[in-house]
Amino acid sequence: MHALGPAGSDAGPGTQASLDAAPPGTKTVLGAAEIRRALTRIAHEILERTDGAADVMLLGIPTRGVPLAHRLADRLSQAEHGLVPAGSLDITMYRDDLRLRPARTLGHTDVPPAGIDGRVVVLVDDVLYSGRTVRAALDALVDLGRPRAVQLAVLVDRGHRELPIRADYVGKNLPTSQREVVRVLLEETDGQDAVLLGDDGGGA
Amino acid sequence: MNRHLISAADLSRDDALLILDTAEELAQMADRPIRKLPTLRGRTVVNLFYEDSTRTRISFEAAAKRLSADVINFSAKGSSVAKGESLKDTALTLEAMGADAVVIRHGASGAPHRLAGWVRGSVVNAGDGAHEHPTQALLDAFTMRRRLGRLEGLRVAIVGDVLHSRVARSNVRLLHTLGAEVMLVAPPTLLPVAVGGWPCEVSYDLDAALPKADVVMMLRVQQERMNAAYFPTVREYSRRYGLDSGRMALLPEHAIVMHPGPMNRGVEIAAEVADSVRSTIVEQVGNGVSVRMAVLYLLLGGSEAQR
Repeated sequence: MHALGPAGSDAGPGTQASLDAAPPGTKTVLGAAEIRRALTRIAHEILERTDGAADVMLLGIPTRGVPLAHRLADRLSQAEHGLVPAGSLDITMYRDDLRLRPARTLGHTDVPPAGIDGRVVVLVDDVLYSGRTVRAALDALVDLGRPRAVQLAVLVDRGHRELPIRADYVGKNLPTSQREVVRVLLEETDGQDAVLLGDDGGGA
Repeated sequence: MNRHLISAADLSRDDALLILDTAEELAQMADRPIRKLPTLRGRTVVNLFYEDSTRTRISFEAAAKRLSADVINFSAKGSSVAKGESLKDTALTLEAMGADAVVIRHGASGAPHRLAGWVRGSVVNAGDGAHEHPTQALLDAFTMRRRLGRLEGLRVAIVGDVLHSRVARSNVRLLHTLGAEVMLVAPPTLLPVAVGGWPCEVSYDLDAALPKADVVMMLRVQQERMNAAYFPTVREYSRRYGLDSGRMALLPEHAIVMHPGPMNRGVEIAAEVADSVRSTIVEQVGNGVSVRMAVLYLLLGGSEAQR
Protein backbone atom coordinates (compact mmCIF):
# COMPACT_ATOMS: atom_id res chain seq x y z
CA MET A 1 0.00 0.00 0.00
CA HIS A 2 0.95 3.61 -0.22
CA ALA A 3 2.83 5.41 2.48
CA LEU A 4 1.52 8.74 3.68
CA GLY A 5 4.41 10.89 2.53
CA PRO A 6 4.31 14.69 2.59
CA ALA A 7 2.09 15.72 -0.27
CA GLY A 8 3.97 16.68 -3.39
CA SER A 9 7.33 15.14 -2.56
CA ASP A 10 6.83 12.33 -5.06
CA ALA A 11 4.51 13.98 -7.56
CA GLY A 12 6.97 13.97 -10.43
CA PRO A 13 7.77 10.33 -11.09
CA GLY A 14 4.24 9.08 -10.39
CA THR A 15 2.65 11.44 -12.85
CA GLN A 16 5.33 10.74 -15.38
CA ALA A 17 4.84 6.98 -15.28
CA SER A 18 1.11 7.31 -15.76
CA LEU A 19 1.48 9.71 -18.64
CA ASP A 20 3.68 7.23 -20.43
CA ALA A 21 1.13 4.47 -19.87
CA ALA A 22 -1.89 6.34 -21.26
CA PRO A 23 -3.14 4.51 -24.37
CA PRO A 24 -3.48 6.52 -27.59
CA GLY A 25 -6.66 8.62 -27.77
CA THR A 26 -6.78 9.08 -24.01
CA LYS A 27 -5.13 11.51 -21.66
CA THR A 28 -4.16 11.08 -18.04
CA VAL A 29 -6.11 13.45 -15.84
CA LEU A 30 -4.84 12.11 -12.52
CA GLY A 31 -1.53 10.34 -11.95
CA ALA A 32 -0.56 8.03 -9.13
CA ALA A 33 0.65 10.83 -6.87
CA GLU A 34 -2.47 12.91 -7.43
CA ILE A 35 -4.69 9.95 -6.61
CA ARG A 36 -2.66 9.40 -3.45
CA ARG A 37 -3.05 13.04 -2.42
CA ALA A 38 -6.77 13.09 -3.24
CA LEU A 39 -7.35 10.01 -1.06
CA THR A 40 -5.32 11.52 1.78
CA ARG A 41 -7.40 14.69 1.58
CA ILE A 42 -10.66 12.71 1.51
CA ALA A 43 -9.49 10.73 4.56
CA HIS A 44 -8.88 13.97 6.47
CA GLU A 45 -12.25 15.34 5.40
CA ILE A 46 -13.91 12.16 6.68
CA LEU A 47 -12.09 12.57 10.01
CA GLU A 48 -13.28 16.16 10.28
CA ARG A 49 -16.87 15.49 9.33
CA THR A 50 -17.30 12.40 11.51
CA ASP A 51 -15.45 13.48 14.69
CA GLY A 52 -12.45 11.19 14.26
CA ALA A 53 -14.17 8.42 12.35
CA ALA A 54 -15.22 6.57 15.50
CA ASP A 55 -18.32 4.85 14.07
CA VAL A 56 -17.27 4.95 10.45
CA MET A 57 -17.40 1.93 8.16
CA LEU A 58 -16.24 2.16 4.56
CA LEU A 59 -18.03 0.08 1.94
CA GLY A 60 -16.56 0.02 -1.56
CA ILE A 61 -18.71 -0.69 -4.59
CA PRO A 62 -17.10 -3.36 -6.82
CA THR A 63 -14.95 -3.39 -8.76
CA ARG A 64 -12.75 -0.36 -8.13
CA GLY A 65 -14.58 1.11 -5.17
CA VAL A 66 -13.32 -1.79 -3.05
CA PRO A 67 -9.56 -1.10 -3.18
CA LEU A 68 -10.30 2.62 -2.76
CA ALA A 69 -12.31 1.86 0.40
CA HIS A 70 -9.43 -0.19 1.81
CA ARG A 71 -6.90 2.55 1.02
CA LEU A 72 -9.07 5.13 2.76
CA ALA A 73 -9.52 2.79 5.74
CA ASP A 74 -5.72 2.42 6.03
CA ARG A 75 -5.30 6.19 6.06
CA LEU A 76 -8.06 6.65 8.64
CA SER A 77 -6.64 3.91 10.84
CA GLN A 78 -3.15 5.44 10.73
CA ALA A 79 -4.41 8.91 11.48
CA GLU A 80 -6.56 7.94 14.45
CA HIS A 81 -4.76 4.83 15.73
CA GLY A 82 -7.99 2.85 15.70
CA LEU A 83 -9.11 0.30 13.19
CA VAL A 84 -11.67 1.58 10.72
CA PRO A 85 -13.49 -1.38 9.14
CA ALA A 86 -13.80 -1.59 5.36
CA GLY A 87 -15.68 -3.98 3.12
CA SER A 88 -17.50 -4.24 -0.15
CA LEU A 89 -21.10 -3.93 -1.23
CA ASP A 90 -22.19 -5.49 -4.50
CA ILE A 91 -25.15 -3.72 -6.05
CA THR A 92 -25.74 -5.85 -9.15
CA MET A 93 -29.02 -7.32 -7.95
CA TYR A 94 -30.34 -3.81 -7.22
CA ARG A 95 -29.53 -2.17 -10.55
CA ASP A 96 -32.31 -0.54 -12.54
CA ASP A 97 -30.87 -1.54 -15.91
CA LEU A 98 -30.69 -5.32 -15.45
CA ARG A 99 -33.20 -5.88 -18.21
CA LEU A 100 -31.18 -3.91 -20.71
CA ARG A 101 -28.23 -6.31 -20.77
CA PRO A 102 -27.52 -10.03 -20.40
CA ALA A 103 -27.41 -11.26 -16.80
CA ARG A 104 -24.33 -9.82 -15.12
CA THR A 105 -21.83 -11.66 -13.02
CA LEU A 106 -22.26 -10.83 -9.35
CA GLY A 107 -19.57 -9.03 -7.40
CA HIS A 108 -18.60 -9.89 -3.88
CA THR A 109 -20.34 -8.44 -0.84
CA ASP A 110 -18.25 -8.47 2.30
CA VAL A 111 -19.69 -6.52 5.21
CA PRO A 112 -17.36 -6.40 8.26
CA PRO A 113 -18.76 -8.54 11.10
CA ALA A 114 -19.62 -5.47 13.20
CA GLY A 115 -22.59 -4.86 10.88
CA ILE A 116 -23.86 -1.52 9.63
CA ASP A 117 -26.51 -0.83 12.29
CA GLY A 118 -25.94 2.54 13.99
CA ARG A 119 -22.76 3.27 12.04
CA VAL A 120 -21.80 6.03 9.66
CA VAL A 121 -21.42 4.16 6.38
CA VAL A 122 -19.27 5.85 3.76
CA LEU A 123 -19.93 4.40 0.33
CA VAL A 124 -16.84 4.51 -1.88
CA ASP A 125 -16.84 4.38 -5.66
CA ASP A 126 -14.40 5.36 -8.37
CA VAL A 127 -16.57 7.51 -10.64
CA LEU A 128 -19.82 9.33 -9.91
CA TYR A 129 -21.79 9.77 -13.12
CA SER A 130 -25.56 9.25 -13.46
CA GLY A 131 -25.98 8.47 -9.75
CA ARG A 132 -27.82 5.23 -10.52
CA THR A 133 -25.17 3.02 -8.96
CA VAL A 134 -25.43 5.01 -5.73
CA ARG A 135 -29.22 4.72 -5.81
CA ALA A 136 -28.85 0.94 -6.08
CA ALA A 137 -26.29 0.95 -3.27
CA LEU A 138 -28.70 2.83 -0.99
CA ASP A 139 -31.33 0.15 -1.63
CA ALA A 140 -28.81 -2.60 -0.95
CA LEU A 141 -27.81 -0.94 2.34
CA VAL A 142 -31.40 -0.78 3.55
CA ASP A 143 -31.61 -4.57 3.20
CA LEU A 144 -28.48 -5.00 5.31
CA GLY A 145 -29.50 -2.91 8.28
CA ARG A 146 -30.01 0.65 9.45
CA PRO A 147 -26.92 2.89 9.42
CA ARG A 148 -26.98 6.11 11.45
CA ALA A 149 -25.96 8.02 8.36
CA VAL A 150 -24.78 7.27 4.84
CA GLN A 151 -22.17 9.36 3.06
CA LEU A 152 -20.57 9.08 -0.35
CA ALA A 153 -16.92 9.36 -1.35
CA VAL A 154 -15.82 9.24 -4.99
CA LEU A 155 -12.47 9.61 -6.65
CA VAL A 156 -13.90 11.40 -9.69
CA ASP A 157 -17.16 13.29 -10.13
CA ARG A 158 -17.76 13.65 -13.85
CA GLY A 159 -21.20 15.29 -13.70
CA HIS A 160 -24.32 14.43 -15.75
CA ARG A 161 -26.41 13.31 -12.79
CA GLU A 162 -29.75 11.68 -13.58
CA LEU A 163 -30.89 11.44 -9.96
CA PRO A 164 -30.84 13.86 -7.02
CA ILE A 165 -27.60 12.48 -5.56
CA ARG A 166 -24.37 14.26 -4.65
CA ALA A 167 -21.07 13.15 -3.16
CA ASP A 168 -19.88 14.21 0.30
CA TYR A 169 -16.22 13.73 -0.57
CA VAL A 170 -14.81 14.21 -4.07
CA GLY A 171 -11.25 13.49 -5.20
CA LYS A 172 -11.56 15.54 -8.37
CA ASN A 173 -14.39 17.28 -10.15
CA LEU A 174 -13.90 16.49 -13.81
CA PRO A 175 -16.09 18.33 -16.31
CA THR A 176 -16.76 15.93 -19.18
CA SER A 177 -19.04 15.57 -22.15
CA GLN A 178 -21.29 12.52 -22.17
CA ARG A 179 -19.42 11.16 -25.19
CA GLU A 180 -16.23 10.92 -23.21
CA VAL A 181 -15.16 7.88 -21.21
CA VAL A 182 -13.53 8.11 -17.80
CA ARG A 183 -11.41 5.13 -16.80
CA VAL A 184 -9.96 4.66 -13.37
CA LEU A 185 -6.99 2.32 -13.13
CA LEU A 186 -5.82 1.08 -9.75
CA GLU A 187 -2.73 -0.80 -8.68
CA GLU A 188 -4.80 -3.62 -7.14
CA THR A 189 -6.95 -4.28 -10.22
CA ASP A 190 -4.99 -2.86 -13.15
CA GLY A 191 -1.35 -2.77 -12.08
CA GLN A 192 -1.08 1.03 -11.99
CA ASP A 193 -2.82 4.09 -10.59
CA ALA A 194 -4.28 6.56 -13.09
CA VAL A 195 -7.47 8.27 -14.19
CA LEU A 196 -7.79 8.40 -17.97
CA LEU A 197 -10.11 10.49 -20.10
CA GLY A 198 -10.82 9.36 -23.64
CA ASP A 199 -13.51 9.76 -26.28
CA ASP A 200 -16.09 7.02 -26.75
CA GLY A 201 -13.85 5.13 -29.15
CA GLY A 202 -11.38 4.68 -26.33
CA GLY A 203 -12.85 1.48 -24.90
CA ALA A 204 -14.46 0.82 -21.49
CA MET B 1 -25.97 -19.68 -20.99
CA ASN B 2 -28.81 -21.32 -22.87
CA ARG B 3 -32.33 -20.00 -22.53
CA HIS B 4 -33.46 -23.22 -20.86
CA LEU B 5 -31.97 -25.61 -18.35
CA ILE B 6 -33.13 -29.04 -19.40
CA SER B 7 -30.09 -31.27 -19.12
CA ALA B 8 -26.82 -31.04 -17.21
CA ALA B 9 -25.23 -31.74 -20.60
CA ASP B 10 -26.43 -28.29 -21.79
CA LEU B 11 -23.98 -26.67 -19.40
CA SER B 12 -20.44 -25.90 -20.46
CA ARG B 13 -17.77 -25.84 -17.79
CA ASP B 14 -17.90 -22.04 -17.75
CA ASP B 15 -21.70 -22.00 -17.44
CA ALA B 16 -21.61 -24.45 -14.56
CA LEU B 17 -18.89 -22.53 -12.73
CA LEU B 18 -20.78 -19.26 -13.28
CA ILE B 19 -23.86 -20.81 -11.64
CA LEU B 20 -21.81 -22.13 -8.72
CA ASP B 21 -20.00 -18.81 -8.20
CA THR B 22 -23.26 -16.88 -8.39
CA ALA B 23 -24.81 -19.27 -5.89
CA GLU B 24 -21.82 -18.72 -3.59
CA GLU B 25 -22.54 -14.98 -3.51
CA LEU B 26 -26.26 -15.56 -3.05
CA ALA B 27 -25.65 -18.04 -0.21
CA GLN B 28 -24.40 -15.12 1.92
CA MET B 29 -27.92 -13.77 1.86
CA ALA B 30 -29.08 -16.50 4.21
CA ASP B 31 -27.37 -14.63 7.09
CA ARG B 32 -28.93 -11.27 6.35
CA PRO B 33 -31.83 -9.70 8.20
CA ILE B 34 -33.78 -9.19 4.98
CA ARG B 35 -33.55 -12.25 2.75
CA LYS B 36 -34.98 -10.71 -0.34
CA LEU B 37 -33.55 -9.14 -3.47
CA PRO B 38 -35.59 -6.98 -5.85
CA THR B 39 -33.98 -8.47 -8.95
CA LEU B 40 -36.88 -10.39 -10.54
CA ARG B 41 -39.63 -7.97 -9.55
CA GLY B 42 -42.52 -8.24 -11.99
CA ARG B 43 -41.39 -11.57 -13.42
CA THR B 44 -43.59 -14.64 -13.11
CA VAL B 45 -42.28 -18.11 -12.34
CA VAL B 46 -44.67 -21.05 -12.69
CA ASN B 47 -43.97 -24.24 -10.79
CA LEU B 48 -45.58 -26.97 -12.86
CA PHE B 49 -45.44 -30.21 -10.88
CA TYR B 50 -46.93 -33.38 -12.32
CA GLU B 51 -45.16 -35.55 -9.75
CA ASP B 52 -45.04 -35.30 -6.00
CA SER B 53 -42.18 -33.33 -4.56
CA THR B 54 -41.47 -31.61 -1.28
CA ARG B 55 -37.99 -30.18 -1.29
CA THR B 56 -37.60 -29.36 -4.97
CA ARG B 57 -40.90 -27.50 -5.22
CA ILE B 58 -40.41 -25.62 -1.95
CA SER B 59 -36.82 -24.87 -2.89
CA PHE B 60 -37.77 -23.39 -6.27
CA GLU B 61 -40.59 -21.45 -4.65
CA ALA B 62 -38.29 -20.01 -1.97
CA ALA B 63 -35.65 -19.18 -4.59
CA ALA B 64 -38.12 -17.33 -6.82
CA LYS B 65 -39.65 -15.46 -3.87
CA ARG B 66 -36.26 -14.37 -2.52
CA LEU B 67 -35.65 -12.80 -5.91
CA SER B 68 -39.06 -11.06 -5.70
CA ALA B 69 -40.60 -12.96 -8.62
CA ASP B 70 -44.29 -13.79 -8.55
CA VAL B 71 -44.78 -17.52 -8.09
CA ILE B 72 -47.67 -19.57 -9.36
CA ASN B 73 -47.78 -23.13 -8.08
CA PHE B 74 -49.49 -25.70 -10.17
CA SER B 75 -49.76 -29.33 -9.21
CA ALA B 76 -51.45 -31.89 -11.39
CA LYS B 77 -53.68 -33.01 -8.58
CA GLY B 78 -56.74 -30.78 -8.32
CA SER B 79 -56.13 -29.09 -11.69
CA SER B 80 -57.56 -29.53 -15.19
CA VAL B 81 -54.95 -32.24 -15.75
CA ALA B 82 -57.17 -34.46 -13.62
CA LYS B 83 -59.88 -33.73 -16.23
CA GLY B 84 -57.58 -34.90 -19.02
CA GLU B 85 -55.92 -31.67 -20.21
CA SER B 86 -52.80 -32.31 -22.27
CA LEU B 87 -49.36 -30.89 -21.47
CA LYS B 88 -49.55 -28.72 -24.57
CA ASP B 89 -52.86 -27.13 -23.59
CA THR B 90 -51.55 -26.50 -20.09
CA ALA B 91 -48.46 -24.93 -21.63
CA LEU B 92 -50.54 -22.62 -23.82
CA THR B 93 -52.53 -21.56 -20.78
CA LEU B 94 -49.32 -20.68 -18.94
CA GLU B 95 -48.11 -18.82 -22.01
CA ALA B 96 -51.29 -16.75 -22.03
CA MET B 97 -50.69 -15.86 -18.39
CA GLY B 98 -47.26 -14.51 -19.30
CA ALA B 99 -44.99 -16.95 -17.50
CA ASP B 100 -41.35 -15.81 -17.75
CA ALA B 101 -40.11 -19.17 -16.52
CA VAL B 102 -41.69 -22.58 -16.14
CA VAL B 103 -40.18 -24.99 -13.65
CA ILE B 104 -41.45 -28.41 -14.60
CA ARG B 105 -41.39 -31.82 -12.97
CA HIS B 106 -42.96 -34.58 -15.01
CA GLY B 107 -43.07 -38.36 -14.93
CA ALA B 108 -42.19 -38.63 -18.61
CA SER B 109 -38.61 -38.17 -19.78
CA GLY B 110 -38.45 -35.41 -22.36
CA ALA B 111 -41.50 -33.46 -21.15
CA PRO B 112 -39.43 -30.30 -20.39
CA HIS B 113 -37.88 -30.54 -23.84
CA ARG B 114 -41.33 -30.63 -25.48
CA LEU B 115 -42.51 -27.79 -23.29
CA ALA B 116 -39.57 -25.63 -24.34
CA GLY B 117 -40.88 -25.76 -27.90
CA TRP B 118 -44.28 -24.43 -26.87
CA VAL B 119 -43.58 -21.53 -24.51
CA ARG B 120 -41.65 -18.30 -24.93
CA GLY B 121 -40.28 -18.24 -21.40
CA SER B 122 -37.37 -20.23 -19.99
CA VAL B 123 -37.95 -23.85 -19.06
CA VAL B 124 -36.17 -25.33 -16.05
CA ASN B 125 -36.21 -29.08 -15.65
CA ALA B 126 -36.99 -30.02 -12.06
CA GLY B 127 -36.89 -33.75 -12.80
CA ASP B 128 -38.30 -35.62 -15.80
CA GLY B 129 -38.92 -39.35 -15.41
CA ALA B 130 -35.67 -41.26 -15.14
CA HIS B 131 -33.90 -38.72 -17.37
CA GLU B 132 -32.41 -35.67 -15.65
CA HIS B 133 -32.58 -33.35 -12.67
CA PRO B 134 -29.94 -30.72 -13.43
CA THR B 135 -30.50 -28.36 -10.49
CA GLN B 136 -30.01 -31.28 -8.09
CA ALA B 137 -26.67 -32.02 -9.73
CA LEU B 138 -25.72 -28.35 -9.45
CA LEU B 139 -26.57 -28.20 -5.76
CA ASP B 140 -24.67 -31.44 -5.17
CA ALA B 141 -21.61 -30.01 -6.93
CA PHE B 142 -22.03 -26.80 -4.93
CA THR B 143 -22.16 -28.76 -1.67
CA MET B 144 -19.05 -30.78 -2.58
CA ARG B 145 -17.13 -27.65 -3.49
CA ARG B 146 -18.13 -25.92 -0.26
CA ARG B 147 -17.21 -28.89 1.93
CA LEU B 148 -14.08 -30.09 0.14
CA GLY B 149 -12.90 -26.89 -1.53
CA ARG B 150 -12.63 -28.20 -5.07
CA LEU B 151 -14.28 -30.36 -7.73
CA GLU B 152 -11.37 -31.02 -10.07
CA GLY B 153 -10.04 -34.53 -9.46
CA LEU B 154 -12.59 -35.34 -6.75
CA ARG B 155 -13.55 -39.01 -6.61
CA VAL B 156 -17.31 -39.42 -6.27
CA ALA B 157 -19.04 -42.77 -5.72
CA ILE B 158 -22.75 -42.76 -6.64
CA VAL B 159 -24.36 -45.78 -5.03
CA GLY B 160 -27.67 -47.56 -5.50
CA ASP B 161 -30.60 -47.35 -7.86
CA VAL B 162 -28.86 -45.75 -10.83
CA LEU B 163 -31.37 -47.23 -13.28
CA HIS B 164 -34.29 -45.11 -12.07
CA SER B 165 -32.24 -42.14 -10.95
CA ARG B 166 -32.35 -38.83 -12.81
CA VAL B 167 -30.10 -37.49 -10.07
CA ALA B 168 -27.37 -39.96 -11.01
CA ARG B 169 -27.63 -39.14 -14.72
CA SER B 170 -27.38 -35.40 -14.17
CA ASN B 171 -24.58 -35.81 -11.65
CA VAL B 172 -22.48 -38.01 -13.93
CA ARG B 173 -22.74 -35.46 -16.74
CA LEU B 174 -22.13 -32.37 -14.60
CA LEU B 175 -19.33 -33.84 -12.49
CA HIS B 176 -17.59 -35.04 -15.63
CA THR B 177 -17.84 -31.51 -17.09
CA LEU B 178 -16.37 -30.11 -13.88
CA GLY B 179 -13.45 -32.53 -13.85
CA ALA B 180 -14.46 -34.94 -11.08
CA GLU B 181 -14.12 -38.71 -11.43
CA VAL B 182 -17.37 -40.59 -10.96
CA MET B 183 -17.82 -44.25 -10.06
CA LEU B 184 -21.26 -45.81 -10.13
CA VAL B 185 -21.78 -48.62 -7.63
CA ALA B 186 -24.92 -50.72 -7.97
CA PRO B 187 -26.20 -54.24 -8.45
CA PRO B 188 -26.16 -55.16 -12.16
CA THR B 189 -29.96 -55.11 -12.30
CA LEU B 190 -30.04 -51.46 -11.21
CA LEU B 191 -27.63 -50.17 -13.84
CA PRO B 192 -28.92 -48.91 -17.20
CA VAL B 193 -27.98 -50.98 -20.26
CA ALA B 194 -26.12 -48.07 -21.89
CA VAL B 195 -24.02 -47.26 -18.82
CA GLY B 196 -20.88 -48.33 -20.73
CA GLY B 197 -21.13 -45.14 -22.78
CA TRP B 198 -21.26 -42.81 -19.77
CA PRO B 199 -18.15 -40.88 -18.75
CA CYS B 200 -17.66 -42.84 -15.51
CA GLU B 201 -16.49 -46.12 -14.02
CA VAL B 202 -18.81 -48.88 -12.87
CA SER B 203 -18.44 -51.27 -9.97
CA TYR B 204 -20.62 -53.84 -8.22
CA ASP B 205 -18.61 -53.83 -5.00
CA LEU B 206 -19.34 -51.06 -2.50
CA ASP B 207 -16.72 -52.13 0.06
CA ALA B 208 -13.97 -51.87 -2.55
CA ALA B 209 -15.12 -48.45 -3.74
CA LEU B 210 -15.42 -46.70 -0.37
CA PRO B 211 -11.74 -46.41 0.75
CA LYS B 212 -10.82 -44.23 -2.24
CA ALA B 213 -13.94 -42.05 -2.40
CA ASP B 214 -13.93 -38.35 -1.42
CA VAL B 215 -17.70 -38.25 -1.73
CA VAL B 216 -20.23 -41.03 -1.46
CA MET B 217 -23.68 -40.22 -2.76
CA MET B 218 -26.42 -42.65 -1.76
CA LEU B 219 -29.43 -42.87 -4.08
CA ARG B 220 -32.94 -43.58 -2.94
CA VAL B 221 -34.32 -47.02 -3.78
CA GLN B 222 -37.28 -45.92 -5.87
CA GLN B 223 -39.79 -48.52 -4.82
CA GLU B 224 -42.62 -46.66 -6.59
CA ARG B 225 -40.89 -47.27 -9.94
CA MET B 226 -40.05 -50.90 -9.20
CA ASN B 227 -43.01 -52.90 -10.38
CA ALA B 228 -40.56 -55.58 -11.42
CA ALA B 229 -38.32 -57.00 -8.71
CA TYR B 230 -34.74 -55.76 -9.15
CA PHE B 231 -33.32 -57.45 -6.07
CA PRO B 232 -34.49 -60.41 -3.96
CA THR B 233 -35.28 -58.61 -0.69
CA VAL B 234 -34.85 -55.13 0.74
CA ARG B 235 -32.79 -56.68 3.52
CA GLU B 236 -30.36 -58.24 1.11
CA TYR B 237 -30.02 -54.97 -0.81
CA SER B 238 -29.38 -53.15 2.42
CA ARG B 239 -26.71 -55.66 3.46
CA ARG B 240 -24.80 -55.34 0.19
CA TYR B 241 -25.42 -51.73 -0.89
CA GLY B 242 -26.64 -49.90 2.19
CA LEU B 243 -24.34 -47.44 3.99
CA ASP B 244 -24.15 -48.28 7.69
CA SER B 245 -21.66 -47.05 10.29
CA GLY B 246 -19.33 -50.01 9.66
CA ARG B 247 -19.07 -49.12 5.98
CA MET B 248 -18.76 -45.42 6.77
CA ALA B 249 -15.61 -46.26 8.74
CA LEU B 250 -14.02 -47.45 5.46
CA LEU B 251 -14.21 -43.94 4.04
CA PRO B 252 -11.19 -41.62 4.18
CA GLU B 253 -11.15 -39.12 7.07
CA HIS B 254 -12.31 -36.13 4.99
CA ALA B 255 -14.99 -37.89 2.92
CA ILE B 256 -18.61 -36.70 2.99
CA VAL B 257 -21.88 -38.60 2.68
CA MET B 258 -24.62 -37.17 0.45
CA HIS B 259 -28.20 -38.14 -0.30
CA PRO B 260 -30.61 -36.25 -2.58
CA GLY B 261 -33.58 -37.12 -0.37
CA PRO B 262 -36.12 -38.33 0.48
CA MET B 263 -34.25 -41.04 2.40
CA ASN B 264 -35.35 -44.57 3.15
CA ARG B 265 -33.64 -44.83 6.53
CA GLY B 266 -32.54 -48.39 7.12
CA VAL B 267 -32.58 -49.28 3.41
CA GLU B 268 -29.89 -47.43 1.46
CA ILE B 269 -28.64 -45.41 4.44
CA ALA B 270 -28.57 -46.19 8.16
CA ALA B 271 -30.06 -43.62 10.52
CA GLU B 272 -26.76 -43.08 12.36
CA VAL B 273 -25.01 -42.34 9.06
CA ALA B 274 -27.70 -39.93 7.91
CA ASP B 275 -27.38 -38.01 11.19
CA SER B 276 -23.56 -38.06 11.41
CA VAL B 277 -21.36 -34.99 10.97
CA ARG B 278 -20.16 -36.30 7.64
CA SER B 279 -23.63 -36.22 6.22
CA THR B 280 -24.46 -33.13 4.14
CA ILE B 281 -28.11 -34.02 3.68
CA VAL B 282 -29.59 -31.00 5.48
CA GLU B 283 -26.92 -28.70 4.01
CA GLN B 284 -27.90 -29.88 0.52
CA VAL B 285 -31.43 -28.59 1.06
CA GLY B 286 -30.20 -25.14 2.13
CA ASN B 287 -27.74 -25.02 -0.77
CA GLY B 288 -30.57 -25.96 -3.12
CA VAL B 289 -32.20 -22.58 -2.58
CA SER B 290 -28.99 -20.67 -3.35
CA VAL B 291 -28.30 -22.70 -6.48
CA ARG B 292 -31.85 -22.32 -7.78
CA MET B 293 -31.70 -18.59 -7.12
CA ALA B 294 -28.54 -18.49 -9.21
CA VAL B 295 -30.21 -20.43 -12.04
CA LEU B 296 -33.32 -18.23 -12.04
CA TYR B 297 -31.21 -15.07 -11.88
CA LEU B 298 -28.97 -16.12 -14.76
CA LEU B 299 -31.93 -17.25 -16.90
CA LEU B 300 -34.30 -14.36 -16.13
CA GLY B 301 -32.15 -11.53 -14.73
CA GLY B 302 -30.94 -10.19 -18.05
CA SER B 303 -32.52 -8.68 -21.11
CA GLU B 304 -35.41 -10.27 -23.02
CA ALA B 305 -33.46 -10.29 -26.25
CA GLN B 306 -30.82 -12.47 -24.70
CA ARG B 307 -33.28 -15.13 -23.62
